[in-house]
Amino acid sequence: MKRELWEGNQAIAEAAVRAGLEAYFGYPITPQTEVLEYLSRRMPELGRAFVQAESELGAINMVYGAACAGVRVMSSSSSPGVSLMMEGLSYIAGTEIPAVLVNVMRGGPGLGNIAPSQGDYNQAVHGGGHGDYPRIVLAPASVQEAVDLMMLSFDLAEKYRMITMVIADGCIGQMMEPISLPEMKPVQRKDWEWATNGRMGKRERRILTSIYLDPYQEEKTNLRLLERWKQIQANEVRYKEYFMDDAEYVVIGFGTAGRVSLSAVRAARQHGIKVGLFRPVTVSPFPLHLIEDLAKRLSGILVVEMNSGQMLEDVRLAVKGRVPVEFYGRLGGVVPFPDEVLGEIQRMASGKSPSNFSPRDAWFERMAHPHPTPLPIRGRAG
Amino acid sequence: MAANANNLVYERPAGFTDTPTHYCPGCTHGVAHRLVAEVLEDMGLLDRTIGVAPVGCSVFAYNYFDADFVEAPHGRAPAMATGLKRVLPDRIIFTYQGDGDLASIGMGEIVHAAARGENITVIFINNANYGMTGGQMAPTTLPGMKTTSSPNGRDVETQGYPIRVSEMLATLDGAGYVVRRSLHDPKNIRLAKKAIRLAFETQARGLGFALVELLSTCPTNWNLTPVESLKFVEEKMVSYFPLGDFKVSPSVAQVKV
Amino acid sequence: MPAAKGWIEVNDKYCKGCELCISACPPAVMELDMSHLTPTGYHPAHTFKDGCTGCAICALVCPDAAITVYREITKAVRATA
Repeated sequence: MKRELWEGNQAIAEAAVRAGLEAYFGYPITPQTEVLEYLSRRMPELGRAFVQAESELGAINMVYGAACAGVRVMSSSSSPGVSLMMEGLSYIAGTEIPAVLVNVMRGGPGLGNIAPSQGDYNQAVHGGGHGDYPRIVLAPASVQEAVDLMMLSFDLAEKYRMITMVIADGCIGQMMEPISLPEMKPVQRKDWEWATNGRMGKRERRILTSIYLDPYQEEKTNLRLLERWKQIQANEVRYKEYFMDDAEYVVIGFGTAGRVSLSAVRAARQHGIKVGLFRPVTVSPFPLHLIEDLAKRLSGILVVEMNSGQMLEDVRLAVKGRVPVEFYGRLGGVVPFPDEVLGEIQRMASGKSPSNFSPRDAWFERMAHPHPTPLPIRGRAG
Repeated sequence: MAANANNLVYERPAGFTDTPTHYCPGCTHGVAHRLVAEVLEDMGLLDRTIGVAPVGCSVFAYNYFDADFVEAPHGRAPAMATGLKRVLPDRIIFTYQGDGDLASIGMGEIVHAAARGENITVIFINNANYGMTGGQMAPTTLPGMKTTSSPNGRDVETQGYPIRVSEMLATLDGAGYVVRRSLHDPKNIRLAKKAIRLAFETQARGLGFALVELLSTCPTNWNLTPVESLKFVEEKMVSYFPLGDFKVSPSVAQVKV
Repeated sequence: MPAAKGWIEVNDKYCKGCELCISACPPAVMELDMSHLTPTGYHPAHTFKDGCTGCAICALVCPDAAITVYREITKAVRATA
């Protein structure tokens, strides 16, 4: 298959097009604006719908409207814009219709900066919008994986009538990598039995709403969402493992943090440390049982994230205190270097950490003297 | 006298379901609903219509029309309508919104839907207060008017002035048909129905964004009887919100019904 | 030409006794029926004397589409139809 050099954001956009995207509604925000710009040309070229909305608020509600019609629709944004979309996501979830959202995460909170981060894990995985609703969250670690997960996201959203979020970060959005794009799938507008696309003389009227005024009906709705979630937990967990066969230690990281950690794991192996990498690809549903199994046979776990320890809590939940869990994180848009993670792996493997401590507190103390910020490229030798 | 097809002058529109509405007695939401149902039935459009219900007293509008309907978050109906119309361009998409939904939280969405010239129809109910939540001040509350959040009467110094939505939207080039009518007496109800008809014709013929603002009553929160409320509209509201056509694009002006 | 003769039916299921029709009726032949309650507890409107012309203004102002209006087509009108 042909391999081409593509920028992450544009590859994500083209992958969605090839998955049969019929409508895109978005708003500019760094570092994902290229998705909007690419589709502003590509969608009209193919006769499909594109609107640059008045805000992310407008965009997610346009997505909501088009999703009610049963077509493949998505938006993309970055952290502050995704916050604006939370109301819309809750409504889409309560209405039980499919939609896809890409979050190219940046440093925060607040306006933050435009550098890559993973600070929205909790928002994506554990809530965001109000109310009890589950959602599928996919975390690519490369441009190719982002392309593959975009194709998958629409299928999952439709199969389960649920929101699928793809959380990338500014690295993946902005970097260029050689990829293979899938074949163009023809647009297949399905007449779902729930879609409000006009009676057209063929059926009774339909209503799509998230209102359940009777609390007992609302409870039934919530339970129905949970039923579907149980199926998803059983069937849709995805992950990647590297060097795990004989591993004594494991590094757990998703997205770019996982990718950086892979380099560190390779280097650690060179140093003779039996460490592997476990990289969740679905952070929701989270691979709880798999990590629980790992904890049964390993001596230590190091969680690496570009945030203050959000996935860390899910790992600790799975580990149930069986083995020490350590944490290493960089914040605010700082991306860790492999040598930082290698240092952490070496510290963990030296057996110097007691089992009853707070991994975040221990890390926080070490962060009083963080690794030095890198020199500009010009001044850096080798 | 035998009742038969020859004798029938008026009956409940087919566009209405059998469900009695939850609106207060005398609330002109019911009149507006009826006019929309009649127009859609007259034009044979019910089968291809999808309505977008707001948050407000008319949140359950979807129970009363015999057409597909979706429920929008507060203020976002024009955005949902945009999403629907862009993927279902041959369907009739309309929103039905009150003054809080359209002119407060939804101000961004309505201005941009009009600016983009989205080919949708908007029915805007102006009753100068927030009805569903118990009668708070709205962007359309008149100066000096008492509401539960302006208990001493709207003080323009601290609470600002009302917004004339139709005049404002008419300044946008994307707007095709923007008019204000009233529902306070039979003559004005007939004029309102004609305007609603033209607003849907605008969409059906692909002539751009159409909005009909309807001065309406809220007897419960105004603390007036239904009949007194009609008087309030006639005597107090029309002078601040004049009736008329604020934007009629040349192509819409040529439409003969 | 004599005025057309009309008559109405007010549906108890929908009428909320708001009196808008009563106020709008040109020959003023409508009032609330105080001897009767609808299932939802309102006194519905009804015509209480002759004089209805079938003008349908009551139906025009009714927020609940509760009124059906009939009008007898007179021989004179039929002849000119």
